[in-house]
Amino acid sequence: MTSLNPIEIRKDFPILHQEVHPGKPLVYLDSTATTQKPVSVLDSMDDYYRKSNANIHRGVYTIAEEATALYEGAREKVANFIGARKSREVIFTRNATESINLVAYSWGRTNLNRGDLVILTEMEHHANLVPWQMLAAEKGLRLEFIPVTDNGLLDLEEYPRLLDLSPKLVAFTHMSNVLGTITPAKEITNAAHDAGALVLIDGAQSVPHFPVNIHEIDADFLVFSAHKMCGPTGVGVLYGRESILDEMPPFQGGGDMIKKVHLRSFVPNDLPHKFEAGTPAIAEVIGLGAAIDYLNQFGMDAIQKYEHEIINYALRKLSAVVGVKVYGPDAQQKGAVASFSLAGVHPHDVAQILDSEGIAVRAGHHCAMPLHERFLLDATTRASFYIYSTLDEVDKLVEGLEKVKKVFRV
Amino acid sequence: MDDLYREVIIDRSANPMYKGKLDPHDITFEDENPLCGDVIRVDLRVDEENRITEAAFDGHGCAISQASADLLMESIIGKDLESIKSLTKQDILDNLGIELGAVRLKCALLSLKALKAGVYGLSKSNDDLVEGNE
Repeated sequence: MTSLNPIEIRKDFPILHQEVHPGKPLVYLDSTATTQKPVSVLDSMDDYYRKSNANIHRGVYTIAEEATALYEGAREKVANFIGARKSREVIFTRNATESINLVAYSWGRTNLNRGDLVILTEMEHHANLVPWQMLAAEKGLRLEFIPVTDNGLLDLEEYPRLLDLSPKLVAFTHMSNVLGTITPAKEITNAAHDAGALVLIDGAQSVPHFPVNIHEIDADFLVFSAHKMCGPTGVGVLYGRESILDEMPPFQGGGDMIKKVHLRSFVPNDLPHKFEAGTPAIAEVIGLGAAIDYLNQFGMDAIQKYEHEIINYALRKLSAVVGVKVYGPDAQQKGAVASFSLAGVHPHDVAQILDSEGIAVRAGHHCAMPLHERFLLDATTRASFYIYSTLDEVDKLVEGLEKVKKVFRV
Repeated sequence: MDDLYREVIIDRSANPMYKGKLDPHDITFEDENPLCGDVIRVDLRVDEENRITEAAFDGHGCAISQASADLLMESIIGKDLESIKSLTKQDILDNLGIELGAVRLKCALLSLKALKAGVYGLSKSNDDLVEGNE
């Protein structure tokens, strides 16, 4: 395993070589929202449109065969990346959000009934809350939440008490997009299975940042988004256990998801096509395949190791800034995300002044309003890192915060 | 970009002159910006001739939203209610003396949105209240 060299890596990302204001190079610290894209990913999509653009699964002509092979090849790459044994367990969606909605709509509507319990956590992204709230309203489900402790961990003492209530599903994030907390997925999943529940894991922040093996964590469903792992927007993944996907009714109806259509009835297609109605984001799926190739050349172990180094450094530097409070656990238990407040300055103002220094951070509730309520916060400022982030950029962030304090005289 | 945090904005957000609640009041409206969680409530007192005698805002948000609300309250005291309906985005930007991008514009316009919704007697506000009259 070679250690990662961010200076070399940055050469692969054209967007990072620009000044956002005169003399202020872009310091991109919002990779939790979306990562930047390497040239190989951009080229893969460009090549597809220039050389192989055709609709998939139908044409018998050469470029249609090429397009189909590229698209299905990407599915193989995704399956291998997460250790899925069969590529038909990999469904392409629009994003992780749509993957969760697919499960709620198809599996949830079929298998959950009035009074059934779904367990979520207090640190979920809205994507893993709202679909279940909508289904709960429609079907009369109960929702319970694994609480979050003051230091930003899941309260696993409360969890067994919730499992005693016989849940049908436990759905939780593998890594908080706000606190960075990495949750003990295997432990939570095993206990859920022992209690007779299925498990959905929101891997939007885990799959891009550390090794995730579906059989090791043993989830029934795993969702993630291409654009948070060097791939393009517009593609998400739903991994589902084959036996469960087979029993689920289709999500959307249309072309490609059918075997046969009559005027008044249809026969659904086999996996994975049953869940992929209509022409998918072909170029973007191919781009996701290229993104996986890109990440694999470093290896997810090396990526995790480097991100650990950078969050360690960032937490140390940030905590030395008077007035800054970072939320969440210490570096041992979190990924490369630092959400913080700066006493006396609203996060929007922090982010705005940082932008004047070329530094891109996020301000707001980061699609996790309940978690912010849990910590009695309206909003936080979030800096997040990826393979192309450097320690030097952490220093620039800290210098930027000193400027914020000067402007606001705090 | 540093112009964004002009003296007046820093001062007015740190030491607002029209912050608080009016109880009783003749008109009140609370609005929020779901993107950032900012909340602003506007309270007005008016005389028999529908002239605004007192105005106050309450809530929380960034410096832009707070300074904008404070300057807006100051500018409407003594004005006829009917004239509030013709206030626009440009009036707010003139108060602040800055230009704003689309995202921060929402912060700046929140108080005007609440004010106009209150004056029109609406149960829900909408962006048309502040986007028009370009």
